[in-house]
Amino acid sequence: MSLAARDITIGYDKKTISEHLDLVVPEGRFTAIIGPNACGKSTLLRALSRLLKPSAGEVLLDGRDIHSRPAKEVARRLGLLPQSSIAPDGITVAELVARGRFPHQKLIRQWSVADETAVVAAMAATGVTDLSGELVDTLSGGQRQRVWVAMVLAQQTPIVLLDEPTTFLDIAHQIELLELCVRLNREQGTTMVAVLHDLNQAARYADHLVVMKAGAIVAQGDPREVMTAELVADVFALGCRIIDDPETHTPLVIPRSSVVQRVG
Amino acid sequence: MSVDFGRRVLVVRPHRNVSARLSVRPALVCLVLVLAALAVGVLALGTGEFTLTPSEVLRALGGEGTRAARLVVVEWRLPRVLLALIIGAALGLAGAVFQAITRNPLGSPDVIGFSTGAYTGVLIVTVFVGNGYYLVAAGALAGGLATAFAVYLLAFRRGVQGFRLIIVGIAISAMLSSANQWFIIKVDLQAAFAAAIWGQGSLNGLGWSQVTPVAVTVGVLCLLLIGYGPRLSLLEMGEDAAAALGVRVERTRLAYLVIGVALTAIATAVAGPISFVALAAPQLAQRLTRTPGIALVPSAAMGAFLLMISDFLAQRAFAPTQLPVGVVSVGGIYFVWLLVRQARR
Repeated sequence: MSLAARDITIGYDKKTISEHLDLVVPEGRFTAIIGPNACGKSTLLRALSRLLKPSAGEVLLDGRDIHSRPAKEVARRLGLLPQSSIAPDGITVAELVARGRFPHQKLIRQWSVADETAVVAAMAATGVTDLSGELVDTLSGGQRQRVWVAMVLAQQTPIVLLDEPTTFLDIAHQIELLELCVRLNREQGTTMVAVLHDLNQAARYADHLVVMKAGAIVAQGDPREVMTAELVADVFALGCRIIDDPETHTPLVIPRSSVVQRVG
Repeated sequence: MSVDFGRRVLVVRPHRNVSARLSVRPALVCLVLVLAALAVGVLALGTGEFTLTPSEVLRALGGEGTRAARLVVVEWRLPRVLLALIIGAALGLAGAVFQAITRNPLGSPDVIGFSTGAYTGVLIVTVFVGNGYYLVAAGALAGGLATAFAVYLLAFRRGVQGFRLIIVGIAISAMLSSANQWFIIKVDLQAAFAAAIWGQGSLNGLGWSQVTPVAVTVGVLCLLLIGYGPRLSLLEMGEDAAAALGVRVERTRLAYLVIGVALTAIATAVAGPISFVALAAPQLAQRLTRTPGIALVPSAAMGAFLLMISDFLAQRAFAPTQLPVGVVSVGGIYFVWLLVRQARR
């Protein structure tokens, strides 16, 4: 189950975002794509998830061009949590999660035992089993995001892409969601790729960082090697110190301040 | 181990490779709607200048009873009832498709200008060619399809988005309505009158010769809809979510639009613009069934019921004067209610 971009040029209409981009997604690991606003990280994720067709080059899923394969077949290998999804009015949690089974279903096989098992497992893994019969509209933001993740898990794909999954969540729910992703990655060997905004969360939870700037990948690798003060200064134009996260012993970015200086 | 869906669900698994999950409430609602539509149908078959009791009607349908009863019921009245049911279902489906694609309860074949365009087509045909039944039907088809196509092209920018489709549709409709008005004022009275009658939408004067082509074409379109499975519901979750689940969004949406327009085209060609059914049926069905999003089968059942009962009322309310079914203003009342509700949100 490999996912790679080979020499792709991507953009919208005539505006090119990235040119000649190469990326091999490490199998069975948690990759975070980081970079400043408008650096093309979401665009890259859209290309990897075949929502955006490269104008040149190709995205390879198991060595074959992702756009040449049947859509449902791709959806059985590659799951995606998009930035914005709309829960239909009046849908319950279990019904929404069950929709993740579409790529496995056929016209006359709409609800097999395997479908049911996958939905039960996905709801258990995300801790929404108790909400099963609730209307999605009535849930809190954090619960709702967990339901969407459950839908992606029910798809049972070896690769899962997440486009800014922590946006709109409060800090507790952000941590909860990322821990969930790491757990799935460790326990089921799911290859995860997430676009993240928070550098510290990326450095803490991902085991592979991809750093982008102005449409290009400028660094990638183990967060402990990649996340340096020079890199943050170069990519984000932010002066900082990097210290050791006392909880996880991962790099912690401490931005410098020219205004607030307290003597402690 | 079973999943709590928050509503009563029936799981059928006769074979390892054959399975289905059915929500009980929508299934019951559909059953009741179909039975109610059939009951009104039986009433309609029995009423008119030659009155029959429901049991006489059923006997005539079964091939028994007097020759006169069979003639009136089967030859004269049955085609109209069948057409009301089929066209009602077709309009319900068309409305459901448009509302799901545009994710808007105001999305209907009308809103994208189909009916207005069809009317323009009919006006042009009656004025310049003549007002035979098939001529008018052809004019309606050509006008409607041309308008729908124009709206699609104008609304297309990196794919079609629901809201833009509606806005462009309203703009084109407004232009065409004024063109229609101008036409009616300018042309001779008789042609204007003929076109205006068509413009009310009516099942008057339909017979067996229309039933077979309508049933076959609507049937084929239904098969296509079945073939696309639950993709319409997946599209409702947004383009990215649908694509991630393995739906080819742009192609599928275009297919649905074509099916929706074709269903509307058949209905409009046969019976004129009976717009309210497409607008109201999916929403009413959703309120009754409480399905997530717009569902096709309940919308079809509701459409058949609505058109059946509206046509029955149109025929009987001011008997012996038969009103065109479009006059029965379920549509208008519903529309106001919908707007008020939307505005309150």
